[in-house]
Amino acid sequence: MTALRNDAARLGAEGVTVGYADRVVLDNLDVAIPTGVITTVIGPNGCGKSTLLRTLSRLLKPRQGTVLLDGHDIARLRTKDVAKRMGLLPQTPIAPEGLTVADLVARGRHPHQSWVRQWSSDDADVVAKALRMTGVADLAHRPVDSLSGGQRQRVWISMTLAQGTDLLLLDEPTTYLDLAHAIDVIDLVDDLHESGCTIVMVLHDLNLAVRYSDNLIVMKSGAIVAQGHPSDVITSDLLLDTFGLQAKVIDDPVSERPLIVPIGRTHVVSKSDQDLG
Amino acid sequence: MIETPEMHRGVRVGGWSWVWRPWIVLVTVVLTALTFLIFSVSIAIGDFTIELPAVFRTLIGQGERVDEFVIMDLRMPRALVGLIAGVALGISGALTQSIARNPLASPDVLGITGGASATAVFVVTASGGTAIANSIGLSTAALAGGLLTGFLVYFMAWKKGIDGFRLILIGVSVSAVTQALTTWLLVLADLRDVARAQRWLVGSLDSRSWSEVWASVWIMAALVLVVLVAAFQMRPMHFGDDVAAGLGVRYSAVRAILLLCAVLLAGVAVSAAGPVPFVALVAPQITMRLMRTPVPPLIASGLFGALLLIGSDLIARTVLPNDLPVGIVTAIIGGPFLVYLLVRANLKRAA
Repeated sequence: MTALRNDAARLGAEGVTVGYADRVVLDNLDVAIPTGVITTVIGPNGCGKSTLLRTLSRLLKPRQGTVLLDGHDIARLRTKDVAKRMGLLPQTPIAPEGLTVADLVARGRHPHQSWVRQWSSDDADVVAKALRMTGVADLAHRPVDSLSGGQRQRVWISMTLAQGTDLLLLDEPTTYLDLAHAIDVIDLVDDLHESGCTIVMVLHDLNLAVRYSDNLIVMKSGAIVAQGHPSDVITSDLLLDTFGLQAKVIDDPVSERPLIVPIGRTHVVSKSDQDLG
Repeated sequence: MIETPEMHRGVRVGGWSWVWRPWIVLVTVVLTALTFLIFSVSIAIGDFTIELPAVFRTLIGQGERVDEFVIMDLRMPRALVGLIAGVALGISGALTQSIARNPLASPDVLGITGGASATAVFVVTASGGTAIANSIGLSTAALAGGLLTGFLVYFMAWKKGIDGFRLILIGVSVSAVTQALTTWLLVLADLRDVARAQRWLVGSLDSRSWSEVWASVWIMAALVLVVLVAAFQMRPMHFGDDVAAGLGVRYSAVRAILLLCAVLLAGVAVSAAGPVPFVALVAPQITMRLMRTPVPPLIASGLFGALLLIGSDLIARTVLPNDLPVGIVTAIIGGPFLVYLLVRANLKRAA
């Protein structure tokens, strides 16, 4: 895979407005995805974070504005060429019952194949590599529906890797996973980042987002309210303003990142204890 | 040495390459052989039996005069209509089941055959018995009716895209409406027309002429060609629209083309053999289980559809009394299978 590139963004949006029917979700939004790092989009429910990811991946067509991929207007690129440059994992994808892991991951080669060239030695190599990188090579012959949620998510990520891109868009890759599996999947995402991938994802869990991202995009009501390194962005004021969440931001005892400690209405020992941190 | 999961060996011919799947090739070859065999048996059996070797000789153009007349002029059209309708129904069912991602989504369930039937019955009864039945007019009417109903169901089910379950629900309702319409037409009609329409409605391979056969052959060949080319783009669509788009498939266009082909194939089958029930539902599902594939295979479903239809016709002609129409036999086979599919779907939801 390629090494960390320069700062020029491979993927970005300029003045995009996106809406469903009569509702505008994103209003004249600009964003640039830095290359070679993990960017995570966070925000309260309904803030438009999934809509932003879907717009960047061309699943949604903006009413105004353009999405740029490697300097090209993504709307003018051929669908197949977009798929060769960018891998996409939508929320809760489905696999037909009985489909094996190897068959699913092999389907990731689709953009590189044609009717007469349905399986080349290139395809075999890339798929084998994708299976190994995601640690699912041993499961290659198992049906996808027999796997645990975490393994299944690894397999899907493996499929997007088989597309042979180093730009991956993941829409809530940890939904429905228990914490141990969520950590496992997101560690894998971090491995991919280490190997040179640029990653954009939407996450619900704020602390996972803070721990694993180099760049946070914080959204509220269809606009970006903050963007940057988690250590610079995450403050208790921001959490209160965007999420309506009373929280303390402390130093994470195991990483060099902030840690969000939510304050609910109950189970808070006393005000003075909080101030002691 | 890095362990490479042994899977997906390629087979290469010049610049062309495919995944080598021996089991699938084997099953396809066996199905082809069986279809040819039952096709020949169907020709061999009639008012008097012609020996199978004589049938084979005649098929390759080296038979006796007498055999040639009986086979080519009398029996071949019937067998060919069975072959065409079976292949068309099998492929049509495999397409609709793949697109809706639901084993229940066959052209019968989606109302396409129902629409074709209603239009055909309308033509038979409205013509006041002027023998329009069994002519090109009836076939065209059935085809047009199927197409129209197919469009209707598609547009009514459209809501920011196509959801398989919604497609089936709308299809079932439209199907019910077409059946009510057919019944209404039959109640109003003259008794003699009703008798003719009824026989057609069960699905039958009786009294087919070469002209009808040739029209169906060419339309079907063209459709199968389109399906085979487009099928490659359909493969990522089994994972849903978003994944398909992510893999570079223009899923709306591909789905529209394939659904149109499915509707037309069902229309060809209905106009050739009447609305033979259950073949389109059963053939892809059984073939899928034979081939151990996660999705209905297209070609093999067509072969199995032909096997099922010609086989049922053979049973109807030989085993059962009174020379019953083929639709009765496919219904006897297909009904229980539908129950099995429903029970299985229920169990899975409960689990």
